[in-house]
Amino acid sequence: MKKVSISFTLNGDTVSAEVPPTWTLLKTLREAFELTGAKEGCGVGECGACTVIVDGQTVNACIYPVPEIDGRHVTTIEGLADKEGNLDPLQTAFLENNGVQCGFCTSGMIMSARSLLDDNSSPNEDEIRTAISGNICRCTGYVQIVESIDIAAKKA
Amino acid sequence: MAEYQYIGKSIPRTHETDKVTGRAIYIDDLKLPGMLYGKILYSSYAHARIKRIDTTRAKKLPGVRAVLTGFDIPDVRVGFIKDQTVLKRDVVRQFRDEVAAVAATSPEIAREALDLIEVEYEELPGLFDPFEAMQEGAPLVHELDARGRPLRTNILPLPWKFSAGDIEEGRRQSAYTVKDRVATTWVNQCCMGTSGCVADFDANNNLILYNQTNVIFGAKQRITDYFSKIGLKGKKIRVKNVVVGGSFGTKLDTDIYEFICLQLALKTKKPVKILFTREEEFKALPPRQPAIFNIEQGCDKEGRLTFRHAEAVLDNGAYTSWGVTTPSVMMTPMSSLYRVPNVFFKAVCVYTNNIYCQAMRGYGTPQATFAVETSMDRLAEEAGFDPAEFRMINRNKAGDITPMKLKITSCGLQECIEAVKEKLQWDEKKGQQKDRGVGMASLIHVAGGARVYKSDGHGIRIKVDEDGSVDVISGGTDQGQGSFTVLAQIIAESMGFTPDDVSFTIGDTSLGLWDAGTHASRHTFVAGNACILAAEKVRRQILEMSAELMPRIIQFGLKRRSRKDKDFQTPDLDLSLLSDPENLDIKKRMVYLKSDPDNPHYQVDVTQVLRQGLHVGTGESKTVMAEVFYDPPTQMLDREFKGNYSMTYAFGTTGAEVEVDRGTGQVKILKLVAAHDVGQSINPTLIKGQIYGAAYTGVGYALTEEIKVQKGKVMNPNFRDYQILTARDRIPVEAVLVEKGDEDGPYGAKGIGEPGLVPTAPAIANAIYDAIGVRINELPITPERVLDAIKAKEGDEAC
Ligand code: FES
Ligand code: FES
Repeated sequence: MKKVSISFTLNGDTVSAEVPPTWTLLKTLREAFELTGAKEGCGVGECGACTVIVDGQTVNACIYPVPEIDGRHVTTIEGLADKEGNLDPLQTAFLENNGVQCGFCTSGMIMSARSLLDDNSSPNEDEIRTAISGNICRCTGYVQIVESIDIAAKKA
Repeated sequence: MAEYQYIGKSIPRTHETDKVTGRAIYIDDLKLPGMLYGKILYSSYAHARIKRIDTTRAKKLPGVRAVLTGFDIPDVRVGFIKDQTVLKRDVVRQFRDEVAAVAATSPEIAREALDLIEVEYEELPGLFDPFEAMQEGAPLVHELDARGRPLRTNILPLPWKFSAGDIEEGRRQSAYTVKDRVATTWVNQCCMGTSGCVADFDANNNLILYNQTNVIFGAKQRITDYFSKIGLKGKKIRVKNVVVGGSFGTKLDTDIYEFICLQLALKTKKPVKILFTREEEFKALPPRQPAIFNIEQGCDKEGRLTFRHAEAVLDNGAYTSWGVTTPSVMMTPMSSLYRVPNVFFKAVCVYTNNIYCQAMRGYGTPQATFAVETSMDRLAEEAGFDPAEFRMINRNKAGDITPMKLKITSCGLQECIEAVKEKLQWDEKKGQQKDRGVGMASLIHVAGGARVYKSDGHGIRIKVDEDGSVDVISGGTDQGQGSFTVLAQIIAESMGFTPDDVSFTIGDTSLGLWDAGTHASRHTFVAGNACILAAEKVRRQILEMSAELMPRIIQFGLKRRSRKDKDFQTPDLDLSLLSDPENLDIKKRMVYLKSDPDNPHYQVDVTQVLRQGLHVGTGESKTVMAEVFYDPPTQMLDREFKGNYSMTYAFGTTGAEVEVDRGTGQVKILKLVAAHDVGQSINPTLIKGQIYGAAYTGVGYALTEEIKVQKGKVMNPNFRDYQILTARDRIPVEAVLVEKGDEDGPYGAKGIGEPGLVPTAPAIANAIYDAIGVRINELPITPERVLDAIKAKEGDEAC
């Protein structure tokens, strides 16, 4: 199969790759860049486990056609901590308030929350719940996830 | 209560930072050099004879390394009662029957190859209703049993019958009785991480299976058994878990895809990964076991239960996994939820051409509790009691021995019922509101292990290095519940170290000591007790080492200080006190003198002791290490299913306040209170996380979740059509922890993994009745069912 060249900003670094045009962004991140933080929970845009931020917007990477990523800015869970490894307040809050259990939804959940807080630094509960409504979690009942996001927002 | 350093504290889950940074490696992320990808071809019919399978075209597809059918591998039976083969070659009995499998260099190629496999079937009539399948003369799903003997019925030969006391006597004593039919359905566990494994053989055909199991040694044993039948007897098997993306019961059994993965890896001599898609997770993974109950209960004039009689029919599907054993667990709530002297319970499991079932959080308890607790409400009404009062009259108490011979050593049921009443303003609200209502339901669950195997034990090994790091190797597993944090707290508390000192190696049969499995809400209790015993041993070793070395270390330190600091007044110390380990203890990594705990001169950092004491002298080098096995002194259930099979039992009550829209049939949950007798919380935040998560799954069970199966086919295999709750379904849930301690629990703790789910559905059903006066005895309580029930009631009233 003919490959397409893509070049974009990934967690602050300029990167490029040649990938089959049928690949999704999720597959590209996981296979070409070995960033496996974004997960495939459904592969059809229904669970949010694959959520990453593209140009400031959350997207389901599992249904995002990779040719469209060319020239854009992508942030994944791996890019949230700073270069020294200091965690994003959301990451700390999830650990401190049990916002993470099995962790499979966590990358996507935190990315949705990050995008929310980037736009709205003091969201109310409804806004938090709306922001993560595309992210399914089976472990937590969302309660401590909502709390974690709220606490991270307040601490920041 | 004792002053604890770490017990009862909400310590963060810092052991799991990899999970919030994207570094944790799940089965999805595991990639071995040369690894191939396996895919499975499932049946196109619920019941058919396979006439021909042609894999020629699939084998020719570039990138395909192996195509297997039932004709290529030994025809060996697997499963709970060995009623299926790994790949089916004669007859398919359900849509998820595995007919062929492919290994290829990419998952895409493997999938493409599946389309090239030609299978010709001759369709056979299917059986989709367990009651029809039970009829005499019904066509048989299986013609032969595991030993090749002809079968005459679709009813499985399993002895699920419990009886205690005298039902007829109970009936005679009854002033009131009620009788109901109650039905529960299939629901999917919905782990966010789908099923999968990687099988890797070495050149000698020794295996490493990268897995997600809850029961590493159970998995090993099933594979050992399988190996012995396929000519690999004696080969080494190592089961090694990666980070697990949820379990909720799905990882108790060894599933067929795992055997297929082994076969593909054997055939290709390469590591092979099989990873389910979400669609497969819905279609090809055994869900929760459905059950239909006829339940009858009675009470006397004072409201005391006189008898409980229940019969259940379980649609078993075409083969057996753990689903068929759920009745053994149903016996606990059936016999022992509330004091009831006369009990009869019987369950039959029936083969059909539907999907077969396995474990899900709560095992059989949610199904049985839905039956018992909706019936309790009816009986309370019949006898003229408030449902809360009625439950209070019949509540279990510490000291009780139930008809199943369960010994109730601690019981917070009264406090749980009271908490729910208070939080819901029960007395003001019950029966008082238009279209709004309150309801409650309680539970009993094993919480101190569950002796379902000969051993219910847990082995653990603790080693302490000179830097004070504590390495723990345990045969247990973690599927997200947070054992690393909880067990680190227990070990730190018992050793006088900090939770940060403790790190874990778990889920590896080559390293870990035997464990019965992280199931039955047993891990905190059983592993926790093992941790305490092992931690006590290493603490003792460190204290003995300290008694030997501390006087010298302190003396040396004092001398050095006075050399450096001319004004330093050497304190007057009796260092001989330190030579007896009995006089010493450890707190926050400092060894100190118990009789003068605040005197800094009698204290030494534990690493100073360890540095001097460890790694010296050939043949006499000391280690600080302990190996412990804890097996609770419980009993296996006897032939009558009686016996104290857990060290302790959890109780709890969930209360719900709901609002029902008569126009749309929508049920809105205004408040959910989940009060649980947890003994003692080790980590309140983590316990609440278990309760919230379980309660949400319980709400789904009550209102939205259902695998729609039509003539054996799963019709809603995706998150669009299978309605799992999202964050937008705002359910105000409050967890109440009742902490009375349990004498056998680690620091008094009881298990809490499953209980939160159990009483949720009946509490909601009972609240709906309070709101609109109709009883819906079938799960899930969808808007359509609510509207139908309202209509039926209005119809009745009009007549
Ligand atoms: S994996 Fe992308 S939405 Fe589910
Ligand atoms: S933490 Fe397990 S799915 Fe969210």
